[in-house]
Amino acid sequence: MTAMISVEGLERSFGDHDVLRGVDLRVDRGSIHALLGSNGAGKTTLVRILATLLPADGGSATVAGHDVAAAADDVRRSISLTGQYAAVDEVLTGRENLVLVARLRRLPDPRGLAAALLARFSLTDAGDRAVSTYSGGMRRRLDIAMSLVGDPPVIFLDEPTTGLDPQARIEVWDAVRELAARGTTVLLTTQYLEEAEQLADRIAVLHRGRIIAEGTLGELKALMPPTEVRMVEHQPSLEEVFLALVGTPTPDTEEKDS
Amino acid sequence: MSTLFVDNTTALLGRSLRHVTRSVDTVITTTIMPIAMLLLFVYVFGGAIDLGSGAGVGSYVDYLLPGILLITIGSGVAYTAFRLFLDVKGGIVERFRSMPVARTAVLWAHVLTSLVANAISLAMVVAVALLMGFRSSAGPLAWLGVVGILAMFTLALTWVAVIAGLLASTPDGASAFSYPIIFLPFVSSAFVPTDSMPGPVASFAEHQPVTAIVDAIRALLEGGTVGGDLGVALAWCVGILVVAYAVATRLFRRTAA
Repeated sequence: MTAMISVEGLERSFGDHDVLRGVDLRVDRGSIHALLGSNGAGKTTLVRILATLLPADGGSATVAGHDVAAAADDVRRSISLTGQYAAVDEVLTGRENLVLVARLRRLPDPRGLAAALLARFSLTDAGDRAVSTYSGGMRRRLDIAMSLVGDPPVIFLDEPTTGLDPQARIEVWDAVRELAARGTTVLLTTQYLEEAEQLADRIAVLHRGRIIAEGTLGELKALMPPTEVRMVEHQPSLEEVFLALVGTPTPDTEEKDS
Repeated sequence: MSTLFVDNTTALLGRSLRHVTRSVDTVITTTIMPIAMLLLFVYVFGGAIDLGSGAGVGSYVDYLLPGILLITIGSGVAYTAFRLFLDVKGGIVERFRSMPVARTAVLWAHVLTSLVANAISLAMVVAVALLMGFRSSAGPLAWLGVVGILAMFTLALTWVAVIAGLLASTPDGASAFSYPIIFLPFVSSAFVPTDSMPGPVASFAEHQPVTAIVDAIRALLEGGTVGGDLGVALAWCVGILVVAYAVATRLFRRTAA
């Protein structure tokens, strides 16, 4: 397997606050990798560095073989970022949003691409309505569709289901699964343990600026003591694994984009 | 100038022009205050304002219009600051920056949109002034000069608006920078001749940009000779433009490396 994202010893602080303290991470081509952590763990900071939006203080990172600091333009051609808050244009229609991204990426036939993506994300009927009339789930689906314009090999999904109702969450999950099925590499940040359990091939637990555990769901579960013999067999849920690894829930200050 | 920059700016310009055409009310709103001032000063205060013996025989609306046009621009660029603020806070600027998009294309799209929106507002204010009896003996070349000065002033102030939009933490903060700009014409030759003001005030009025710009536009519209005002007016515009552009682009590169 080739690594599409490779991170070594990445550090970043804001003032006195060390947000990332030496992160190592490797994401294989075509996999869904979940970055799991509480608010303030540094997830968004890591994604912003990988998406060339923020310089690191130390360490190195490559995306699709390009160094994020030295070859930012090459990285930008290989990635798409879907932010924590759906960054879509509310005034434009769904179709116009997609056409805009296609034109910015200077792709041939922006209208054809937009029509295909609207169909793929079940937004054809709503395609010519202003996005301000969309539901939360539709908006997030459009957001992901915009990320797919031009088929970038790597997609960052920063908390793609935060603030969505359960139905909309399932819609987004289906969209993410389909991405990976087509060979796109997905790095997904989430604070929802179930989301990581449902979607991810591998899970990295980011806590206080370090990756403290990494592996498949099965590998992470094996970190727990063997199941006790009880009347009812007790399988540790990922939530229990997470809390055991992390300790008590952290009262850290909420992570802010700065 | 790379084709990447041109293509990106064109695409983003199409986007922000749609924002303007889909909220025409914002363009109309920006003209309400200048038009109200025009009406108020011509029909209420105008009779009591003595332009002095050297001011010529033109009606007060002719005298007033250049200053009102600058106020129109001041209130128009506030919307640019507001729109840019919404783009930054809403995360769409972040999205564009993570794409292979020319760095300052986002800003240029807003600036060019501001030129278009202000041109529409200015045309509306001039139309109202014509109804109120504004007449000009200016030839096509002088009109071209007026349009040129107004465009330069809009461009300069829009880059100031970009700084406000990037720095603001609230929507109100984004547009509040325009209050001094709207107020500045009052302490200039826009409403009354500066020699009617007390010494220190007159001295300030004569050395601030609005007076030079107003005098230059007024001279052009009167069909007279423009003299040194034009040079001073353009120097102010270019000066503000260069400084604001440098600060705005640096700020933009820094706010999200």
